[in-house]
Amino acid sequence: MNAIIPSVFSHPTNVSRRSVLLGLTAGTFVLASGLPTAVQAQAAKKYGGDAMPGGLKDDPRIFLAIADDGTTTLLCNRAEMGQGVRTSFAMIVADELEADWSRMKVEQAPGDEDRFGSQDTDGSRSVRQHFAALRRIGAAARQMLEAEAADRWKVPAAEVAAVNHEIVHAASGRRLGFGALAQGAAARPVPDRSALVFKDPAKFRFIGHDDVRLVDGFDITTGRARYGIDARPEGLAFAVIARPPVYAGKVASYDAAEALKVPGVLKVVPIEPTPIPSAFEPVGGLGVVAENTFAAIKGRSKLKITWNDGPNGSYASPEYRKMLEAHARAPGKVVRNDGNVDAAAKTAAKRVEAEYYIPHLAQAPMEPPSGTVRVTADAVEVWCSVQAPQAAKRNLAKRFGLPLEKVTIHNALLGGGFGRKSKPDYVSEAAILSKAMNGRPVKVTFTREDDLHNGFLHTVSMERLEAGLDGAGKPVSWLHRTVAPSIASIFGPDPKHEAPFELSMGAVDVPFAIPNLRVENPEADAHTRIGWFRSVSNIPHAFAIQSFAAELAAAVGRDPKDYLLELIGPARRIDPASMSDGWVYGEDPARYPYDTGRLRGVIEAAATAAQWGRKMEPGHGLGLAAHHSFVSYTAVVAEVAVDPKGALTIPRVDIAFDCGPIVNPERVRAQLEGAVVQGVSLATLGEISFKAGRVEQSNFDTYQVTRIDAAPREIRVHLMPNGDFNMPLGGAGEPGVPPVAPALTNAIFAATGKRIRSLPIRDQLA
Amino acid sequence: MTNFTINGARQSFEGDPETPLLWYLRDVQGMTGTKFGCGQALCGACTVHVDGIAVRSCQTALGDIDGRAITTIEGLSPDGTHPLQVAWRELNVPQCGYCQGGQIMQAASLLKQTPSPTDQDIDDAMSGNICRCGTYPRIRAAIKHAAGRA
Repeated sequence: MNAIIPSVFSHPTNVSRRSVLLGLTAGTFVLASGLPTAVQAQAAKKYGGDAMPGGLKDDPRIFLAIADDGTTTLLCNRAEMGQGVRTSFAMIVADELEADWSRMKVEQAPGDEDRFGSQDTDGSRSVRQHFAALRRIGAAARQMLEAEAADRWKVPAAEVAAVNHEIVHAASGRRLGFGALAQGAAARPVPDRSALVFKDPAKFRFIGHDDVRLVDGFDITTGRARYGIDARPEGLAFAVIARPPVYAGKVASYDAAEALKVPGVLKVVPIEPTPIPSAFEPVGGLGVVAENTFAAIKGRSKLKITWNDGPNGSYASPEYRKMLEAHARAPGKVVRNDGNVDAAAKTAAKRVEAEYYIPHLAQAPMEPPSGTVRVTADAVEVWCSVQAPQAAKRNLAKRFGLPLEKVTIHNALLGGGFGRKSKPDYVSEAAILSKAMNGRPVKVTFTREDDLHNGFLHTVSMERLEAGLDGAGKPVSWLHRTVAPSIASIFGPDPKHEAPFELSMGAVDVPFAIPNLRVENPEADAHTRIGWFRSVSNIPHAFAIQSFAAELAAAVGRDPKDYLLELIGPARRIDPASMSDGWVYGEDPARYPYDTGRLRGVIEAAATAAQWGRKMEPGHGLGLAAHHSFVSYTAVVAEVAVDPKGALTIPRVDIAFDCGPIVNPERVRAQLEGAVVQGVSLATLGEISFKAGRVEQSNFDTYQVTRIDAAPREIRVHLMPNGDFNMPLGGAGEPGVPPVAPALTNAIFAATGKRIRSLPIRDQLA
Repeated sequence: MTNFTINGARQSFEGDPETPLLWYLRDVQGMTGTKFGCGQALCGACTVHVDGIAVRSCQTALGDIDGRAITTIEGLSPDGTHPLQVAWRELNVPQCGYCQGGQIMQAASLLKQTPSPTDQDIDDAMSGNICRCGTYPRIRAAIKHAAGRA
């Protein structure tokens, strides 16, 4: 049995099991340690993937298996949640390997950062940070195959070349397939990084090409694809948990008698709440374990529980909003300060101010959180779908006092993540219940109600902007106060301020050519778990800033696109540090300066494609917004139509995107299409609100999301061409989201004259 | 006792008649292609066919399907070549893919009744199926692509 291929997720034909693996004969992938892999350069400060825990690994023997029949299996070390990483990673390796696409397979690597490098799948990092390492994996394996063939034929290695899954000696016409060479190649040393020869990008057959089918397409369309929630180890029991409805609440007392009478219910297990801040660990409650999920749900409904709500029992969204407003109207911690805003504001011919509110949001992935765990005396085995397998592994090792290698994490496909599955609390919960069931494997499933009531929500924020304009309508001063509870509140004492990484998501890194610019961050307490939501703090920051830019244009009677371009100023490269941005998404600021030319480029591309300035029908309007995030540049032009009753439709959205060179343009398009829909959803409908500490929404009837009938009828994606693969890559999964909401509300303003400053739009147009 | 077929195979069930077909398929039969998304017939991830008509299996009690023929995504086509499945692959519709089995089952029911659906027909038939990845434009395109071939 192959130790690392998760048996419960394996397809009937497990290609890896009959593979000859680069590095060893069939059965196991070898450990990276002690192998002559390329030594990582010791930089004074690490950036990008090298700076992530686990770093980057590039030994082909860890990641690649080539079977006798040539079937080539790549172990994908990053979680697949719809961004297409399994396809894109295979494209990169196959290209450098010069493989036949039809013989490429992808298996999912288990959670093991020591072996596979960083597996923390968030931050739009996978292709951006792993591209170079994946090229090295493919190139090294190809050179090992070439060296093996050259030795067998006793010809210089320079005379042989890989061509579509064969090594060819052109001079003699000899050729051998990868499968025939794999075993010998595997025994050869891995070339040093300095000896690797990469393909000329002009010869790429997959990278940058638009015609690659998804590696999981067949399984997904036939119901064969396996997600975390689909795990079925032998002897499985099924559980749901009654969790405290209020953050930091506890069970005061309970009566499980009726629950235990439900046929199929096996046990009711108290789960201790983790002391606050609880990070990714359980909030406690009562687990109901049963022979099937329905019995568990039914049993839970019969529990009689008295809760002690604790300190957050009075959390109420309307009152919290008033607090945010009050804080936004008073000075706060200064986080960027250029020039002298107060002095400049006094000289202004005109002053404009506005406040923008963005509520909590739930990620609500279609696959709710679910984890399956078997805890035995000396080992823990996990089947799940998580963005952070390393966190799940560490937490379980710590909980049970086991070394890391005794915790096995089989990570299946994620049925959506959007940041929710970066927090593997549900895996710990299943482990607690398995332990209580004496080692029987237990699957914890969040119902949709659980997902909304006990999530890690997107923050809630008030953004206040004040500008002073000179006689020509040009800003002489810019003050932005951003107030929002921080994600950092789940890890340590509530900091009451946004963390640097949150502020660097569009609040401080404002590229406007305004001499007097100050950003402040007044205090805000957290009363619920705050977590990442696709594009994170960029959502409120971009909504406020891109709305306000259009408001300033309107205040002085200017075209919003011309005005935005003037705010941005001429094309130039800005050192992020000069904007008090010390984060830059973890990247090297020297490689990733803020390039206003690229921001201007996507604005022009989107505007041109949407025929900005065209005459609109009555009730129709065009709105523009642009934003830089995850070291990529995005601009959106939305066309809206508002009928006399205030019903909103979105005939078309143009989105222009510059993420540098593009590995998988087809999936980048898909990500942007999806980002537009998710942006529309949060702008028009998205809201989680609290009353008496409890989330008021329970399912998709009250937490509404965009459906097909309300989605933009047409989404046109415009990718900025870039064939220079020496340029650093930008992220693609998240940066499409932030400009969508302000583009929509700017379009609504153009259509109706009504300015939406509070999301969601919902019935504000009626 | 309830008797029914799943993808042509005869089955009988003697347990709690309130048990939703969804959980029977997933937890008892191990047929995990039918997905749990909401449990309240609000999202469509659990869509199957009962006698050829799309229904939400999370709100279909086993006690109510005596004598019925159930088709799941695993049984839509023996080799995965239903025109919708082919169109879904040709257009690379899925992102995470979790909702797509339900989407395809809903669309298959639509095409059976309306072989050449208009945009309005697609809106009416498909708006009960949520996709959080936002694949709606491609779902619409794939249904049109498959229309007439289903």
